[in-house]
Amino acid sequence: MHMADALISPAVGGAMWAATAGLTVYSAKKLKENVDEHIVPLMGVLGAFIFAAQMLNFTIPATGSSGHLGGGMILAILLGPYAAFLTIASVITVQALFFADGGLLALGCNIFNMGFFPCFIAYPFIYKKIVGEHLTQGRILAGTMASGIIALQLGAFAVVLETLSSGISELPFSTFVLLMLPIHLGIGIVEGLVTAAVVSFVWKAHPETLALVTTSTPGKAHSHKPLLIGLALCAVVAGGMLSWFASTHPDGLEWSIKGTSGQEELEAPKAGVHGAMAWIQEKLAFLPDYDFKKPAEEKGGKPEEGMAGKEGEQAGKGKEEESWPAVSAGKSLAGILGAALTLLMAGAIGFGLRRYYAQGKGIGRRPSL
Amino acid sequence: MGNIESSLLNIGYLETLSYQQTPLHRLDPRVKLLTTLIFIVAVVSFGKYEITGLVPFLIYPVVLIAVGNLPPGYLAKKILIAAPFAFFIGIFNPLLDRAVLVQLGPVGISGGWVSFASIMIRFTLTVSAAFILIAGTGLNAVCLALDKLGAPRIFVMQLLFLYRYIFVLTEEALRMVRARALRAFDGRGLGFGSYSSMVGHLLLRTLERARRIHLAMLSRGFEGRIHLLRPLHLHRGDVVFFLGWSTLFVLLRRYNLSQWCGAWIMGLVT
Repeated sequence: MHMADALISPAVGGAMWAATAGLTVYSAKKLKENVDEHIVPLMGVLGAFIFAAQMLNFTIPATGSSGHLGGGMILAILLGPYAAFLTIASVITVQALFFADGGLLALGCNIFNMGFFPCFIAYPFIYKKIVGEHLTQGRILAGTMASGIIALQLGAFAVVLETLSSGISELPFSTFVLLMLPIHLGIGIVEGLVTAAVVSFVWKAHPETLALVTTSTPGKAHSHKPLLIGLALCAVVAGGMLSWFASTHPDGLEWSIKGTSGQEELEAPKAGVHGAMAWIQEKLAFLPDYDFKKPAEEKGGKPEEGMAGKEGEQAGKGKEEESWPAVSAGKSLAGILGAALTLLMAGAIGFGLRRYYAQGKGIGRRPSL
Repeated sequence: MGNIESSLLNIGYLETLSYQQTPLHRLDPRVKLLTTLIFIVAVVSFGKYEITGLVPFLIYPVVLIAVGNLPPGYLAKKILIAAPFAFFIGIFNPLLDRAVLVQLGPVGISGGWVSFASIMIRFTLTVSAAFILIAGTGLNAVCLALDKLGAPRIFVMQLLFLYRYIFVLTEEALRMVRARALRAFDGRGLGFGSYSSMVGHLLLRTLERARRIHLAMLSRGFEGRIHLLRPLHLHRGDVVFFLGWSTLFVLLRRYNLSQWCGAWIMGLVT
């Protein structure tokens, strides 16, 4: 479920970064308010527990595959939503940095998909409602199953939306949804079962552990929930709009049109950080991607851009299909040749630098694996 | 089981690499973090059919690997291990987008293959940048940079804690896995029942450990926040690094170096 940098656009990544940063700051503030400093080491070690628990697995009968704990819901149940969100965020950050499970720009998307839904949707609105104040075996099972499945379904659906609005993947909406949701239904069922088993185990062995969390997140913590959800939805909508802008103009040509009319510069800063990200992207994408096309060709292409409205992606593609063949085979060849040449140059520079540093500066030997 | 242990070892190795003393490692961590982010945004902001414009960006990982004395083979292997997700989403592009985009003599290359190649190049660039950040900086310094750049302190603390205990708890989990494997004959005992009580036990041990750690922290004067006492200073080299690379990224984003080079060579030939 980890999204990669390669598949998202800067506008989507930036918007989700902003939403996630907002949620992180909000959770940190909330956590500071009901100071229970015991939670600091608890969060850290439970985060590490999520990693460790993934080393353990069990064979799923009759399928030949194996299941393990994903972790979002169990953290929410043990730590409460705010601490759990921060813990999930840290786990995903470490995964991104050390295992390249999801990139740095996609970090916002990933933390949102895997942290927001279990902590701020599934936990308060499903798990809490089902389990209530008085725990029973059956309620724990029903609560963890329902919340685990729904959290994963929402997360998977968010992956689909974010990927599609980035416009890098060609997968159509319905195919992608049909691909993602059933897979994550299976994962969600396993996850719910495991979470239920672990929670009931802890409940039987150490009932006070669960009581600790249920009492340390008092009712007043919930009073801000509507506000929070409203904020998050705003961020999502804003992000969605911006990314829609970005993805409908994938080839950057429209950007230049918009740029000359000056419309985007007026609009973007209003949206705060997302705006700034989109604005940066716009600046970066200001020159058409296909710079090497001569101005004459660009003028020729302009009438098409007028009609590139909602189906900008299609139109953009259509445009390329038309203009690429017009670019002679020699030009594509030049591009490939040039790419190979720059590749060679990069390699030579790297090799030269390494030789230089290895000899001149006397860098010690690299530690061996 | 073997591969789990080696992946753990891999994290450890990434950390070991960050202890080196090279010009890259001596740079201010904030500068490296920001430059990495700018690099990724610049790479990702290209249109989806872009290939030639992306290739010159390879200069960044190549130079940093050389200057930071990082092992290219090891990083390449790590990138390969991480590749499947991008690959499987990206591989749909050639199936779905069949319109011919580039005509190279008799061979027509469809838009799907072009965008697939573009996805894989982006993937390589962004992932290598992230690995280089960690191998050239180390997680503790990255956390310090995050703190100085205004990330919530509790999140930074959380990252530091998490990183510290990953090794401890994973070792513990691996011992359990090994013990179970030695006692499970014919696949018995690998099912759900023993699994759930194992995870439960691991969790209880973890909670117990958290309690001990908390007591240890309290007895050392912990009062709700960790003090990160390491002053950071921006030197001229840091500023040059940051401005130099950022300018280069913007230039490479605006001007397609590959096309220019190619056109120049073609001009020489003809």
